[in-house]
Amino acid sequence: MKRAVLKLLLAAMLLAPVAAHAISDPSEMLANPKLEARAEALGRRLRCLVCQNESIEESSAGLAQDLRALVRRHIMRGESDKQIIAFLVARYGNFVRLDPPFDPATWLLWGSPVVAIVAGLGVVAFRVVRRVPPAAPAPLDQAERDRLARLLADNAGS
Amino acid sequence: MKRPANRPPRPSPPRPAPARQAALRQGPGEPAAGRPVLRRTLLFGIPAIVALAAGAGFFFMLRGLRRGTFNPHGVPSPLVGHRIPPFSLPGIDAGGFSSTEIFAAGRPLVINFFASWCIPCREEQPVLMALQAQGIPIWGIAYKDTTPAASAFLHKFGNPYARTASDAPGRASIDWGLTGVPETFIVNNKGVVVWHMAGPLTRRLATEVVEPMMRKLSQ
Repeated sequence: MKRAVLKLLLAAMLLAPVAAHAISDPSEMLANPKLEARAEALGRRLRCLVCQNESIEESSAGLAQDLRALVRRHIMRGESDKQIIAFLVARYGNFVRLDPPFDPATWLLWGSPVVAIVAGLGVVAFRVVRRVPPAAPAPLDQAERDRLARLLADNAGS
Repeated sequence: MKRPANRPPRPSPPRPAPARQAALRQGPGEPAAGRPVLRRTLLFGIPAIVALAAGAGFFFMLRGLRRGTFNPHGVPSPLVGHRIPPFSLPGIDAGGFSSTEIFAAGRPLVINFFASWCIPCREEQPVLMALQAQGIPIWGIAYKDTTPAASAFLHKFGNPYARTASDAPGRASIDWGLTGVPETFIVNNKGVVVWHMAGPLTRRLATEVVEPMMRKLSQ
């Protein structure tokens, strides 16, 4: 019984993300499955400007619905993905793109993994360098040598 | 890596003098005492600088939020600095207007997008009424609204608009880069957008930003 419930839950969890992409009304979809797939892939790269953290394919906001329809109209007109993205960027700025381009405003964003790796290697290198074995201690002076001899003699004696 | 010699088994010898101990731990040619101080400075200084920077950032964000000049959801409009997009829209109670008429007006205008279904618009309406009372021309565009609902909204909450238009399909608003309502644009006498605000205008924004800007543009 418990197992069956768990299996059902697992199935529900696996199906959930599929449902999230199927929000759009079937009547919105293009008849040509190839073009529809292209529209969906493009829509997933475009931000819904109302919800801001969802793509226009996932969002149920009115504006997202309008933009989905707009993307499909432009695809039917034979425009390339690049042209459609340029059309939207001209209106909403690069914010509309979920994959922002590499430019002066985003180089830190794109470069942050490299920065993190370099910083990490720097810390490791710094620690390794600092851990060089210490230089040989200064030679013992006369008093110390005498004491050492005494101690060794004591140890040997016990 | 090798550690400095382990302590031999008992009987333990007297510990080396402190100076020698320090010398054992330090690499050759390093100043005695320099390192721990530097390290403590870094351990204290870096978080302190980060905290100070974050504090300053939050201070300005909160101040901007209260003044209405900072909107965390606001999307910077690429339209600022550019001419308004071409459009032609039907009216609500009287005839609508088009981009041609904005260019023909030849004077700075406030363009406000609103909707009867938009709750913040109700709060904004008195602010717009006050601006209109100052003699500032405001043209309104109803976004995704039916004509009767928009008309009823204007009768109930006041009509500050010199001219009104209705964008029921919302297509013209996409050309304006509208992300929601209310949104306000200031257009100069050449039809170039000079200022944009996503979200409701507050009294403070109206008196501190909109009024001075309209005065300056009218000169």
